[in-house]
Amino acid sequence: MNMIFKSSSRRDVLKGGGALIIGFSMGGAALGAPAGSGTTRGAAAGPPDPRAVDSWIAIHSDNTATIYYGKCELGQGNTTGMLQIAGEELDLAMSQLRTVRLDTNVTPDQGATSSSSSIERGGPQLRAAAAQARQVLLGRAAKKLGVQPGSLVVSNGVVSIDGETGGRSVKYSDLLGEKPFKAKVTGTAPLKPPSQFKLVGTRVPRVDIPDKAAGRYEYLQYVRLPGMMHGRVVLPRGQRGFGAGAKPLAVDDASIKNIPGARVVRKGDFVGVVAPQEWDAIRAARQLKVTWEKTPPLPGNANVHDKMRQAKTVDTVIANFGDAESAFAKAAHIAGATYRCPYQSHAPFAPNCAVADVGPDHAVIYSPTQRVYESRDFLSRALGMPKEKIRVLYRESSGTFGRSCYEDATQAAAVMSQAVGKPVRVQFMRWDELGWDNYGPAHLAEVRAGIDADGRIIAYEYDGWQHGWTITATVLDLATATPPKERASGSSSISVNKMSTGSMYSIPNRRVVSHAVPMEGYLRGAALRSPLDLSFNFVSEQTIDELARAANMDPVELRRKNIKDKRWLGVLEAAAKAADWMPRATSAASATGDVRTGRGIALGTHHVSYGAAVADVEVNVRTGNIVAKRVFAAMDCGLAVNPALVENQIMGQATQSVSRVLKEEVTFNEQGVTSLDWASYPVLRFAEHPDVVPVVVQRLEEPSTGAGEEVMGAVAGAVANAVFDAIGVRLRDYPMTPERVLAALGRTKT
Amino acid sequence: MADQLEIRVNGKSWPVAASTDTPLLYVLLNELQLHGPRFGCGLAQCGSCSVLIDGVEMRSCVTAVGDVADREITTLEGLPAHYAKQKGLKENPPLHPLQEAMIDEQALHCGYCYNGMIIKGAELLARNVTPTDAQIRDHMDGHLCRCGTYARIMKAIKVASAAMAGGAQ
Repeated sequence: MNMIFKSSSRRDVLKGGGALIIGFSMGGAALGAPAGSGTTRGAAAGPPDPRAVDSWIAIHSDNTATIYYGKCELGQGNTTGMLQIAGEELDLAMSQLRTVRLDTNVTPDQGATSSSSSIERGGPQLRAAAAQARQVLLGRAAKKLGVQPGSLVVSNGVVSIDGETGGRSVKYSDLLGEKPFKAKVTGTAPLKPPSQFKLVGTRVPRVDIPDKAAGRYEYLQYVRLPGMMHGRVVLPRGQRGFGAGAKPLAVDDASIKNIPGARVVRKGDFVGVVAPQEWDAIRAARQLKVTWEKTPPLPGNANVHDKMRQAKTVDTVIANFGDAESAFAKAAHIAGATYRCPYQSHAPFAPNCAVADVGPDHAVIYSPTQRVYESRDFLSRALGMPKEKIRVLYRESSGTFGRSCYEDATQAAAVMSQAVGKPVRVQFMRWDELGWDNYGPAHLAEVRAGIDADGRIIAYEYDGWQHGWTITATVLDLATATPPKERASGSSSISVNKMSTGSMYSIPNRRVVSHAVPMEGYLRGAALRSPLDLSFNFVSEQTIDELARAANMDPVELRRKNIKDKRWLGVLEAAAKAADWMPRATSAASATGDVRTGRGIALGTHHVSYGAAVADVEVNVRTGNIVAKRVFAAMDCGLAVNPALVENQIMGQATQSVSRVLKEEVTFNEQGVTSLDWASYPVLRFAEHPDVVPVVVQRLEEPSTGAGEEVMGAVAGAVANAVFDAIGVRLRDYPMTPERVLAALGRTKT
Repeated sequence: MADQLEIRVNGKSWPVAASTDTPLLYVLLNELQLHGPRFGCGLAQCGSCSVLIDGVEMRSCVTAVGDVADREITTLEGLPAHYAKQKGLKENPPLHPLQEAMIDEQALHCGYCYNGMIIKGAELLARNVTPTDAQIRDHMDGHLCRCGTYARIMKAIKVASAAMAGGAQ
C-alpha cells in the first residue's frame, strides 16, 4: 500500500529540490587522493577524497557506470536505493549501474552503516556527486555538439538536443569512457526536482536478490584464501559481568594435542585455536582446557531491574516543558506504572565470520563490519600496524541489526593470522555469538500521565534507567589487555529518547529523565536495532492507551485529539485506515472461551521518521500463549526512494518487533549468560509469524529519513495494547511469555 | 589406508578428504566449496545448513559425512536439476520455481536463511504441490529467519505452488 502526499508549498519544494544541504564529514582525518586519478583505484589506502567526483563515479567505455559509496549492504537493500539515487541524477538506467563492496582502499568514508542512515545521510552526498558528474558530462557534450548545456537532455546515458528528434547525440562513454572526471564536488550542481524523478520513488527490484536466491552470492562465510587456516575463539561459555573480562589463568596446550595441526594462539588475554581443517578447529576450541579467573557475580536477569533502580546514577533531564508535577493535580484521570524490559541480543542468523591475511607489514581483512574505517583503526591497535598498511574489505554476512560480534570476529581473525603467519578464517560458534554479544540494554521505567476532563493529555513524566554502550570489542579488549570502557555520554551512547516518550503528542507539561546506570557489573551493551525504542514505546504507548480507557475514549480518537503534527497524524490515520479501525472504547475482555482476540494501536519512532501500527492478537487464557495474527504498520520516512524497499523493511521490522516483545530475553545467572542457542534464546518461528500489511506514507517533497528501525516501537506498543484489549489486564514486562500472561491473569498453567 | 570415502552431491561423485565423523556441512563448504549450505548454529536448530538427502531435508551440520556415502545429496546449487529429474523435464531450468517465486516476491532481506527455506519449501512442494497455509506453516516451522521475512516466504511458496500445479495440468 502506498499513500502519496504531495505538498505544493514553495518552502517544501525548496527543501526537497533545491536546498539540500551537503555536509561532508571530514572528521579531521587526512584526505586521500581522489580515487581513479592517475593511479589504479585501490592501490593506496583510503579514504578517497570525498570532494572528488572520481571518488564516487566512474564512467566506462560501454556506457555504464560504477558507483562508489560508503554504506554497506546488510540485506536492507540500500545498494538498490543508492544506485537509484545516482542513476536519477545521471539519467542512467539500473541496468547501466553497478557498485562495489566497501573497501578502505576504494570506497568513500560515509561513516557507519547505522542509524538507518544510508539513504538519509549517505544519499545526499552521493546525489551531489552524481549531479556534479552530470554537469561535467553535459558541459563536454555541449562543446561536442556545439550547443548550450541548457538545451541538452539525457536518456540512459545518451545526451541529445532537446526537441531535436533523430538528431545529433553523444554517449557518456564517448565523452569520458574510462577516463577520470578530474572535477570537484562543489555541492552547487543543480539537483533534479522531484517532479522530474524517473527512477527515484519507483519500485525497482533489489539487485542482490537473484544471486542470493540462486545460491551464487558470495557471503563472507564463503571467502577462502590459499593456505588458509581455520580459527575459533576460546571464551568462557556465556559472558561474565562487564569489566571483569575473561582472564585465562592457565591454558593447557596439551589438552588438544590429539587434534591434527591444532594449536593455541594467545595474545594478551585473548585465547584462540587454529587448525588446517575447520572441524578440527571447532573440536579444539571445545576441548581446550582453560582455567578462567573467577569473576564478580552478576545480578541475574530476574534481579537486574531492582539493581538498576538502586544504583547510583547520573541523571539527565531529557525534556522539561511546563510543570508536570503540579499539572497532575488538575488531571481527571492518571495512569502510571513501573515497567521492566529485558536485555535482548542482535542474534544475527549467521554467527559473525572474518578472514584475515596478515603479513609482516601488510594486512588484508575480509570483514562483516558495519564500519570499515573504524574497524581499520581497531585493527591498527590490535596488530600494532599503521592503518595505511591495512585494507578492510566488507563482505555481507547475515543481517546484524547493530553491533553484534562483527568486530570481535574481525579482530580475532587478524590476531590469529598475525600469530601463525598464514591467512585465518574465524567463524563464531552460535554460543560465542549469543553469549558474547553487545546486547541491547535492559530498561526500567516509571511513568505516569494525566488527562483532563476534555480528553487532553496535560501531564507526562517518564523516568528511565539503563546502562550505556561499549564501542570496542571483547576480543580487542582482551588482545590488547585493555579494560573495557563504557561510552556513557555523547554519540554512541544511549539515554532515554525524548522522541519516543510522548513527543508525538502536544503535552503542555512533560518531563523526561534519563538515569544512567554505570555498566560495570552488568552485561556489555550496544546499539540493537531501534535502540531501546521498543522499550520506550512499549511503556509510553501503553500509558497513553490507559488514559484512553480511563477517559472512555477510542484510542485512535484520543491520539488524534492530542496530536498537532501533520506527519504524526498522517501515519496514525494511515495505519488506522489500513486496519479498518472501528472506534472502540472498551476492552474486549467480556469475551468468553479460551482464545480471546484483541486489537491495539500505537505510535513510535526511532529518531527521525514516523511510525504507527495496529496489531491483532489472540491470547489463549488457558495456556497464556499470545499469537500476533496481523500487523498493519505505517511509516513516513519522507521521500521513499524505493517504496518497495521500505515496505520490505516495514515487514521485517514488524515481524522482528513481535519476536522481541513476545519471545526474546537474554538470560543470565550470577556467573554469566545462559541463553546460548535458539532454544534458550527463542525468536519468533515460522508457524507463529503475523501477516503484515506495510503502508508507506510517501512524501515526495520531504527529505528522505531513515526507514530501517522507525516502526518497531509502534509495533511493540500496538501488540501490548492488543493484549490488554484481549484480556483486560496490562503486561508491564516483556517478553510477554505465557508464564507472564498467566501470572497477570492470576492463573497457573493447566 | 581405508578406502577413499566418496559422496554423491548434485549428481556427481566427490572424493572426501575429511575424517568420516566430520559433519557433512564442512565438507560441502571447504572441499566442494559450495555456496548453498551454510553454518548457522551447528545444533540442527535453525536450518541454514539444510540439504536434501534422497529427497528428504536434513541438517548437514549434524550429519556425519561417513553416514551419507551412497546417498544422493542435493544442495541449493543442484535443486533445479533435481527438480527437472522429478518432473521428467528434458532440460534443467535455471532455477527451481520456488527460487523464481522468492525473487518475484522480493521475499528476502539478508538471504542467509534462504538456503534452508528453499530446500525445505522445495521438499514440501515435491510431496504436496498445493499445501494449505497451515501445512506450509507447519512444514516450515523448523527454519528460522531473523530478518522477519516469513510472510513473504509464505507468499512465495504459494506462488510457486500455483506455478507448479498449473504446469502439471
